[in-house]
Amino acid sequence: MTVLKALLKRKTVAIALLYILIVVAAAIFAPWLAPYDPAKQFFEGLTLEGAPLPPNADYWLGTDLLGRDLLSRVIYGAQTSLIIGVVSNGIAVVIGTLVGVTAGFVRGWLGSVLMRLTDLMMAFPALLLAIALAAILQPSLWIVAMVIAMVNWVQIARVIYSETISISSKDFVAVERTIGVSAPRILFSHLLPHLLPTILVWATLGISTTVLLEATLSFLGVGVQPPKPSWGNIIFESQTYFTSAVWLVLFPGIAIIALSLSFNLVGDALRDELDPTLKGRS
Amino acid sequence: MVWYIAKRVVYSLLILLGVTFVTYLLLYMIPADPARQIAGRSATAEVVANIRHQLGLDLPFYEQYVRYLGNLLQGDLGRSYVQRSEVSTLLASRVGPTLQLMVAGIGFELLIGITLGIVAALKRNSVLDQVLMAFSFIGVSSPHFIAAMLALYFFAVYLGWFPLGGYGGVEHLLLPAITLGVLGSGWYSRMVRSSMIDVLHQDFIRTARAKGLGRARVLLRHVLPNAIVPVIPMIGIDIGIFMSGLVVVESVFGWPGLGQLAWQAIQQVDIPIIVGVTMLSAVAIVLGNLVADLAVLFVDPRIDVTKT
Amino acid sequence: MNNKLKGFALTALSVAISTQAVAQDTPQSGGDIIVTYQNNVATLDPAIGYDWQNWSMIKSLFDGLMDYEPGTTELKTDLAKDYAISEDGLTYTFHLREGVKFHNGREMVASDVKYSLERTINPETQSPGAGFFSSIEGFDEVASGDATELSGITTPDDYTVKIQLSAPDAAFLHIMALNFASVVPKESVEKWGRDFGKHPVGTGAFALEDWSLGQRLTFVKNDDYYRDGIPYLDQIDFEIGQEPNVALMRLQRGEVDIAGDGIPPAQFLQFRNDPEFKELMVSGNQLHTGYLTMNVTMPPLDDVKVRRAINMAINKERIVRIINGRAIPANQPLPPAMPGYDKDYEGYPYDVQKAKALLEEAGFGDGFDTEIYVMNTDPQPRIAQAIQQDLAQIGVRAEIKSLAQANVIAAGGDKDQAPMVWSGGMAWIADFPDPSNFWGPILGCEGAVPGGWNWAWYCNEELDAEAEAADAMVAPDQQEARAERWGEIFTSAMDDAPWVPIFNEKRFTVHSARMGGDDALYVDPVHVPVNYDYIWVK
Repeated sequence: MTVLKALLKRKTVAIALLYILIVVAAAIFAPWLAPYDPAKQFFEGLTLEGAPLPPNADYWLGTDLLGRDLLSRVIYGAQTSLIIGVVSNGIAVVIGTLVGVTAGFVRGWLGSVLMRLTDLMMAFPALLLAIALAAILQPSLWIVAMVIAMVNWVQIARVIYSETISISSKDFVAVERTIGVSAPRILFSHLLPHLLPTILVWATLGISTTVLLEATLSFLGVGVQPPKPSWGNIIFESQTYFTSAVWLVLFPGIAIIALSLSFNLVGDALRDELDPTLKGRS
Repeated sequence: MVWYIAKRVVYSLLILLGVTFVTYLLLYMIPADPARQIAGRSATAEVVANIRHQLGLDLPFYEQYVRYLGNLLQGDLGRSYVQRSEVSTLLASRVGPTLQLMVAGIGFELLIGITLGIVAALKRNSVLDQVLMAFSFIGVSSPHFIAAMLALYFFAVYLGWFPLGGYGGVEHLLLPAITLGVLGSGWYSRMVRSSMIDVLHQDFIRTARAKGLGRARVLLRHVLPNAIVPVIPMIGIDIGIFMSGLVVVESVFGWPGLGQLAWQAIQQVDIPIIVGVTMLSAVAIVLGNLVADLAVLFVDPRIDVTKT
Repeated sequence: MNNKLKGFALTALSVAISTQAVAQDTPQSGGDIIVTYQNNVATLDPAIGYDWQNWSMIKSLFDGLMDYEPGTTELKTDLAKDYAISEDGLTYTFHLREGVKFHNGREMVASDVKYSLERTINPETQSPGAGFFSSIEGFDEVASGDATELSGITTPDDYTVKIQLSAPDAAFLHIMALNFASVVPKESVEKWGRDFGKHPVGTGAFALEDWSLGQRLTFVKNDDYYRDGIPYLDQIDFEIGQEPNVALMRLQRGEVDIAGDGIPPAQFLQFRNDPEFKELMVSGNQLHTGYLTMNVTMPPLDDVKVRRAINMAINKERIVRIINGRAIPANQPLPPAMPGYDKDYEGYPYDVQKAKALLEEAGFGDGFDTEIYVMNTDPQPRIAQAIQQDLAQIGVRAEIKSLAQANVIAAGGDKDQAPMVWSGGMAWIADFPDPSNFWGPILGCEGAVPGGWNWAWYCNEELDAEAEAADAMVAPDQQEARAERWGEIFTSAMDDAPWVPIFNEKRFTVHSARMGGDDALYVDPVHVPVNYDYIWVK
C-alpha cells in the first residue's frame, strides 16, 4: 500500500495507472462500451467505391476496409492485448524465475545447461524466432501467447539469475548454510522474498514488451487470427491504405504506444520504490 | 588474457552451432513441402519425388542437418528454393544496404541517446529532465511498425520532406535511420544519465573541480569518458534488439536489406534463406557481444578477467 | 511458386480504358526507358523463371517455336516458319527459320530445340514448367531421370523438328509458346551451369547487358534480331526494389516510364478520379478466377446441397466492392475472356433464404462449424472475412486460418486438412489461353492427389473422360466445337458445386505520357506484364 501511495504521488505514473485501468475496463466491459459488434461489416461503412469512412458522427473513429466500426474494434482489441500481456508474460515470468533460480541457487549440471540454453536463446534474433514459431504452429490467440512467452522468458531468467547469485552470496545465507538450514527453507524464507521486488518489476515491464511483440506479429500477419480484433492486426489489415486513411493506423497505434508506455512507466517507478540500492540516487 | 579470449571465442562458436541446429529443426517441422514449391503447379508426382530426392529432403532429419553443416564448413550456405541463386550471393547483395541502415541507425541512437542523457543528467530533477526521460520511454514503448508508418505518413506524405521509402541516396536513408535511432535511443539516454550522475558524484571529479579546472573541461575530459563505458557493451547487446526492428522497418520503408529478404523468405518458406539470415544475424549478435566484452577490457582495466 | 504468381496473368484482349487518341501512331525506333519493379528478379533462365516481373523479360530475351500476336492471345509462329499436324493429332512437324542467331553469334538449329525441351524436363533443371510437356512421348523416362533424351523428338535435318505425342493434346501449340519451351544454346548453358539464369543467352529482341543484383538490370537492343525493325527501343533499364507507391510518384514526376507492378489499391481510387492521370491508366482483364474451394470428401461438404447452399450465400458484389471494383463477379470457373466461357450460364443466384432452405433440407438447419484457409497477405484475409460473414448469415460458422502461402498450399493438398480454401493470391491464373488449363490441375482427378492443386478434391471421372475427348479435337475446324464442349464440362461441374467462383480480377497499370504503342501492349495477355518488343517512345 505504501508503495502504491508512493507511486500515485508521481504524476506521470498516476496517469499511466489511470490509462491501464481504462484499458482493463474497456476489455472487461467491451460488450457494453462498444457501440457496435466489432465483427459486423456494415454495408454503409464503405463508400460505393469501397473506401473506408473517416471519423464521423456514426462511426466516431471511422471505419476499416471492411466497413467495420473502428472504435468497437479498438475497444475489443484491448481484450486481446491484455490477455496476451497477462497470460504470456505470466508464463514468461514463471519460466524465467524457475530457470534463473535453478541456475543461480541449485546450480549443478542442470543449472549450467539452463544457462547455456539462455545464452543460445539470446543469440537468436527474437522476432525471426517468433515468426518462425508462429508459422509452424498455425497462429491462434493462445498459440501467439505461447510463442511470445517462449521468446520473452530469457531476459527475465538472466536478471533473476544474477540477482539470485548476489543474494546467495550474502553473508546471512552463507551463515545459514553452514549452520545446516535446509535448502528449501533458505529458498522460501530468504531468496524468494528478496527476489519478489525484482520479479514484480520485470513482470510489469515485461507486459510492455509482450504487448509490443503481439502487435508486431499481428502486423506481420502471423499473429491473432481475424476477425478477432487486435491492435496489431487492425493495422495489418489497413497497411496498404494507410497513406490515404491514416486514422486506421493512428488510433490503434496510439492505443498500443500508450499501453506499452504506461507499463514501462509503472515498472520503472516500481523499481525505484522497491529497489533499495537505487533509492535516493536520482 | 589470451586464454580468456580463446575460451570466449570457442563458446561463441558453440552457441552458433546451437543456433543452426534449432533453426534447422524448426524449419524441418514446417508443413509446407519445398519440393512441391520448386516443382510448380503443373508438376507430376514423379517430378516432385525426383526433386525431393535431389535436394536430400527424403533423408532423415539428422542426415539433412549433418549435410548442411558439412556444406556450411566449406562456406556453402546452399541455394534458395524460390530465388534459385546461391544463398551467399543473395545475402551478399543485401548486406550492404542493411549495414548502411544499421550503422546510420545505431549512429542516431547513440547521438540522440547520449546527448539527451547528458542534458538530463546535468539538469537533473528539472522539468527538462522529466520531459526527456518521458520521451525516452515513448521511444522504447513504440512498436517499430507504427513509428515507421507514422513517420512515413507525416514526413513523406504529409510534409513531403523525404521520399516515400525506397533505396538510394542519403535522402532515402535518413528517415528509416532516424526512426530506428529515436526508438532505440531510450535505453542509451537512461543509461548515460544514470552513469553520468554516478560519475559526477565520484571523488576524482570533485578533486578535479576543486583543482580549479573549468566545468566544460572536467565534463569533456573526465566525466564523459567514464560515463560512456557502460554504453559500449550495450551496443553489443543492442545489435540483437536492433535486428528485430530492422525486419519491420525495412519492410515498411521498402529497404532492400536482409530484413526484407528474411520476411519474403518466411512468406515463401524458402528455408535455405531463412537459415542463412538467422545464421548471419546470430553471428552479428554473438560477435557484437564478444567484441563488446573484449572492448570493455581495454577501456576499463578495472574488470578482472580471472573471475569470469 | 510465389507471391507474384498472382500477377502472373494472361490478361485478356479487352482494354477497358483507352488513352487519349495518340496524335502520332507510327512507331519510332530509338529511346531508352526506365521500368520499375518491387521484387527482385530471381532468374532469367527460361526453364525456371515463373514470376510476375521476369515473365515478359524472359520473352524478350528468348524465343520459342510459337508466340502470340502482340497484345492478343492469337497464336503465331515464332522460331518456327510453319508447322504441320498429323491427322491423328499425334505428330507435330515444325520447320525452322533459317539464319536466326543466338546472342553469342551462333545460328540456332533443330538440335537446339530438342536440347532445350529436354533440359526443361530433366529433373536436374528443377523446372516448375516440366509438367506441361507430359504429352510428349518419352516424357516419363526423362522426368524420372532414367533418360536424358526424349524419344518423341527427332530432327531429320537442321531446320526440321518432329515431335511425337503419346496422346492428342489440342493445347500443344500453346505449350510450345510457353517460356519453358524457349530455345537456349547448349554451350552457354553448360558454360554457366546453374547460373545460366544470371547470364542468359537467347535469340530474343533484347540482350542482357548488365545486372547489379537486387538493384538494376539493363537490356539492350539485339541488332541481329530476325524480325526487321523490332524492337523499337534501344535500351530498357529495370530498377528493382521500388515500392509500387514510390514508383507511381516517380512516374508522376516523369522519372519512370512504366510502373511494372501496376497501381496499388491505396492509389487506385485517387488515380481513377484524377482527370490528369486517368488518361495514362490502362486496364485489361486477366484469365483469372478467384474461388472458394469446398472439400467434397469432408462432411458436411460432401453433401452437394450444402455446397449449393454455400454458393447461394455469398455476396460477390460486396466482395468486389471491398477490393475497390478491381474485378467482376464470377459465376463459373472459366474467366470471360477464355474460349469456352458460357455467357448464358446463370450460375447460383445470391439468395440467402434459398440457401437456408437448402441447408435445412440437407439436415443442417442449425448450420455447422468449418474452416477457411487463406493466405496471409492483404487483401486475402479481408476477403475471407467477408465470406465468413456471409456464411454466418446461413448459420455456417467458419473459422479463418490465415497462414503463409506455402502452408496454405500444403493444407489444400492434404485431403483431410482444409475444408475450404480461398484461392486468392495463389490460384488460378491460366498459364496459357486454353480452357484445358483450368481443368486438369484444379478440377480434374489428376489434381486431386496429395500435394495437388485440386483443393476441392473434386474427381468426376465422367467429366474427365469428356475433357480427354475434347482435348483430342486438334483439327483447326474443330476448335469452335471444342471450346463449346469445354464450356459444358465446366458448367456441368458447377452442378456438383465444388467451388464458389467469386470474381475475375482485372489488371490496372500506368505508363508515362511519352510512351507509344497500343494500350494492349501494356497489359499484354501473354507477354505479362508488358510486351517490351513492340512499345516505343514518342
